[in-house]
Formats: sequence, C-alpha cells, structure tokens
Amino acid sequence: MTQSANMFNTRLPRRRLVAGLFAGMFLAITLIGVAVLAILIVSVAGEGWSSLSVKFLTNPPSRLWPENAGLNSALFGTLWLTGITIVVSIPVGVGGAVYLEEFARDNRLTRLIRINIANLAGVPSVVYGILGLAVFVRWLNFDRSVLSGGLTLSLLVLPVVIIASREALAGVPPSIRHAAYALGATKWQTVRAHVLPAALPGIITGVILALSRAVGETAPLIMLGGLTFCTAVPDGPLSDFTAMPIQIYNWLDEPQPEFHHLAAAGIIVMLGLLLSMNALAIGIRAWKQRRRLS
Amino acid sequence: MIHGGLFLCAVFSVFTTVGIIWILASESFTFFAEVSPFSFLFGTRWAPLLEPRSYGILPLICGTFLVASGALLLAVPIGVGSALFLSEYAPPWFRSVIKPILEILAGIPTIVYGFFALMFITPVVIKPLFPDANTFNAASAAVVVGVMIIPTIASLCDDAFQAVPRTLREAAYAVSATRLEVSTRVVLPAGLSGVTAAVLLAFARAIGETMAVTLAAGLTPKLTANPLESIQTMTAYIVQVSLGDTPAGTIEYQTIFAVGLVLFLITLSINVLAQRVLARFRSAYE
Repeated sequence: MTQSANMFNTRLPRRRLVAGLFAGMFLAITLIGVAVLAILIVSVAGEGWSSLSVKFLTNPPSRLWPENAGLNSALFGTLWLTGITIVVSIPVGVGGAVYLEEFARDNRLTRLIRINIANLAGVPSVVYGILGLAVFVRWLNFDRSVLSGGLTLSLLVLPVVIIASREALAGVPPSIRHAAYALGATKWQTVRAHVLPAALPGIITGVILALSRAVGETAPLIMLGGLTFCTAVPDGPLSDFTAMPIQIYNWLDEPQPEFHHLAAAGIIVMLGLLLSMNALAIGIRAWKQRRRLS
Repeated sequence: MIHGGLFLCAVFSVFTTVGIIWILASESFTFFAEVSPFSFLFGTRWAPLLEPRSYGILPLICGTFLVASGALLLAVPIGVGSALFLSEYAPPWFRSVIKPILEILAGIPTIVYGFFALMFITPVVIKPLFPDANTFNAASAAVVVGVMIIPTIASLCDDAFQAVPRTLREAAYAVSATRLEVSTRVVLPAGLSGVTAAVLLAFARAIGETMAVTLAAGLTPKLTANPLESIQTMTAYIVQVSLGDTPAGTIEYQTIFAVGLVLFLITLSINVLAQRVLARFRSAYE
C-alpha cells in the first residue's frame, strides 16, 4: 500500500509552488518592456521639456543661439519626405500586393518575388542609403534633394507595405470574390469594387505603420550626403532639406548640454507624431474588428 | 494592361534587390582592384583614414558581433519569456494591453535609442556598475539594441506558440502537468523552430542596426571582447565616412561599398536561414 502511494507521489504541491514562482517571473519579464518604455519617455521628457515651446516649432535651427533654435525646417522636411513616400510607395506597394495575392499563378517567378520581398524587409536601412546615394543622388542627378530622400525611403518601406497589404487582402473571405464572379464581374472589377474596399482598413493600418518607420529613419538620409545644416523649408522636390531625425542627430553631436536639451525636445515632437500615427493605426484596426463582429 | 501594370509593381522589388547587389558589387570591384580580398577579410587592423593605411575588416566585424550578441543575450530570455507569458498565462485583456505597447517599443526610431544609451544607459546604469567603462562603450549599445529587438522576438515567438496545436497542451494538462511544465516541456519544444527563426531575424536586425550604435558604441575599430571599451561596428563606419569629408571616388571612400557588401551578405544569409527555418515550422503545423 505504501509502495503504491510512493509510486504515485507526484510531488504536486511542490510543482505547483515552482509553477507559481515562474508565473510571477514571466509576468515580471513581460513588464520589463513596459518599464523600459516608461523610463525612456521620462528621461527624454525630463531632458527636453524645458526647451519645448511654440517658438521651438516655428523657428529654424541655429548653431549659435540654442535658446532661439527650432525645428521648423526639419518638421517641413519630414512632411515633404513623408508626402513623397506616400505618393510612391502606396501605389507600387498595394499594386504589387494585389498582383501577388489576386493575379499571380503559383509558379517559380512568383515564389522568387515572394522570397525576395521577405529578404528585402531584412536589409539594413544603411544599405538602402548606399543604394539611394548611387542611384538617385549620382546616377539620376537628383543631388541631395528631398526627392532623393523620399525615393530612398520609399524603397525602404516598400517591402513593409507589400507584406501588410498582402495580409489584408488574404483576410478577405473568398465568398466575396465568388459572389462577384457569379454576377459576371471580371477579375479586375472584382478586385477594384469588392476585394480592395474590404481590405482597405488593413491596408491603411499597414501603410501608417510603414510610414511611421520612414519618419524615424536617420541612417539612409545621412548616407545621401552627410549631416546637412539646413534652415530653409523645402520649396520644391529638388531643394535641399533636413529632417527631424537628422536635426536631432545634429544637436546630439554638439558638445554643449543646451543642444542636448534641444535634441530631447526634438525627440518629444517626433515621438508625439509617431505615437499619434500608431494610435491612428491601432484605432482603425480596433474599428475594423468591431465591425466584423457586428 | 492592368495585369501587366500590377506585375510591374511586384517585379519592382526584384529590381531593388538587383540594384543593391549591382551597386555594392561593382563599386567594391574598384576597391578590390587595389586591396586584395584576402587582406581585407583577414586583416586585423582597420585604419583606412589614417597613415599607415590598413584595410583589415575583422575589427569592424568583431565590434558588430560584440554588440549584436550582447543584444541577443539580453533580448532572447526577455523576448521568449514575455511570449510564453502572453501566449500561455495572460488573460486576453492583458494581451490586448501589452501587444500595442510592444508595437510602440518596436516603432521608436533608433536615433531615440541612441539618445537613451548616451544620456541614460551609460551614465546611470553602466558607469556606476563599472566605473572604468569608456563614455562610448559596446555594452550600452548592446543594451539598447537588445531593447530594440525584444518586440521582434516576443511577437514572432508568440505567433509560434499560438500555432502549437491545442491538443498537445490538453494532453499534458490531462496528466496533471502544471502550467509551467506545459509551457516549458510542451509548447516551447513544439515551437522551437519558430523561436529559432525569431532569434535569427532579430540577430540580423541587430547586426544592421546603425544610429544607436554609431552614437553609443564609439568610432574606434578594435579587436576586443571587452564590452566596456569603445569599438566600431560596420554600420557605424559607413555612417562615419559619409559624415566626414572624404572625397568621393577615392579608395578611402570606396571602403563603404566593400563594408556595405560584407554587411549585406551577412544579414542576407542570416535572413535566408531564418526564412528556411520558418517555412519548415509552418509546414509542420499548418
């Protein structure tokens, strides 16, 4: 009798205790990410809050008077870059995704394109900078213009846009396509009138997240022609430019602490922009999920 | 017509790859006409901008791997632990709070992490623990790059654990396994190739990381395993040259293409390996 009791001694209380301890540890580990985000935001805010003012948004940067320096030209440079990235990467990216998801036959070329896109998404951003330098700045002679910058960022985010759009398209139920075909619609009519509208919230979410990546990219822009100090707002696609991350790097590079406060203030503005883009993307996704449930 | 236009959009990505390879290879060619590939790949001194010049890339590769492996050391336990918690323990409301926070962490620009390393990690964390650490050191770069890749590992591992069939878990619970035993002896081994792919993808990201390591790790190429010293990574070197006033077309300038080529080939092979592992994992469970 005692022997069989020993045989079934599963030491359950002790195992439950260990499991409980580990549950707490896993929770603590998960909260590390949250804690780091909080520390990061607090340290940036503490450093930069005092430099933040309306003047900071409307004045151009200055090397001599940190108290008068602002982010104006960088803010507009970033808006120009984002605009060019939107114009180039959305049509090409969504078009490519529609081809791969709706039109392509499963052959060797299609598989090659798919593998290629997955690998392009993993190419370091500084390599895209080298590509932009050789193709847009030198070969096409766009110089170090906001156009070169925007095109480089477009290439950089293109794989992200394609992957996100493909996921959104794949999530559209086949029954919608079958219903359209049954009424005699062509493939393109089906895609344009039914599949794309149904996939739109997912595509928009992916595009916003891709653009928020473009807003924060520094290395590819530096590769195009160094750290330019530019106080003018771009007045055309071929004009010189600066962007928020470039200006932040510029200020971080200065030895005086006043400039580090400016860098932190610049980071607050940039993070504010990125967080609102993220919030928009998360909001659209939540709205889509609720609509699907109802 | 529309079919052709859409096809062009899709093929455009192939042009991008061809462009990258063509530019890196053709520009490196002029570099390798002057410097032998052997002394480039196996030389132990990197000093292309100082006399006497020397073009051995090993110190840059050493610096890159020092930062990237330090980052993995930090990010793998935290990333996999978070993913296990989110997938096996957390109630749905907790998941829906944590996942967007991880996404935000992943979306923070690398220049901000560079600022964080310079203004917080080095003075507040590293210096008090190791007073003889350099102001620019590999450790602070490794910490911030680690934080940067935690979301990648956590979210890819979470996907992998979610793909493990419920029946495996239920079988284990039925023989009175605890939640911990199910997590570490059933879910983790079953999702292991997914975890491997996640770690590989994160490793490639850490190797290609640029601005944070440029700001935090310094600009001194060095063959060392000491994370408290100032080092230089391949990416930081490329940025340093394009920030400087090295005239285009000179052999010093061409180094960025040769270094870029090595960087591209290393990250590409890790990514290809990761895709392979991921494809095998998917074919096992889907």
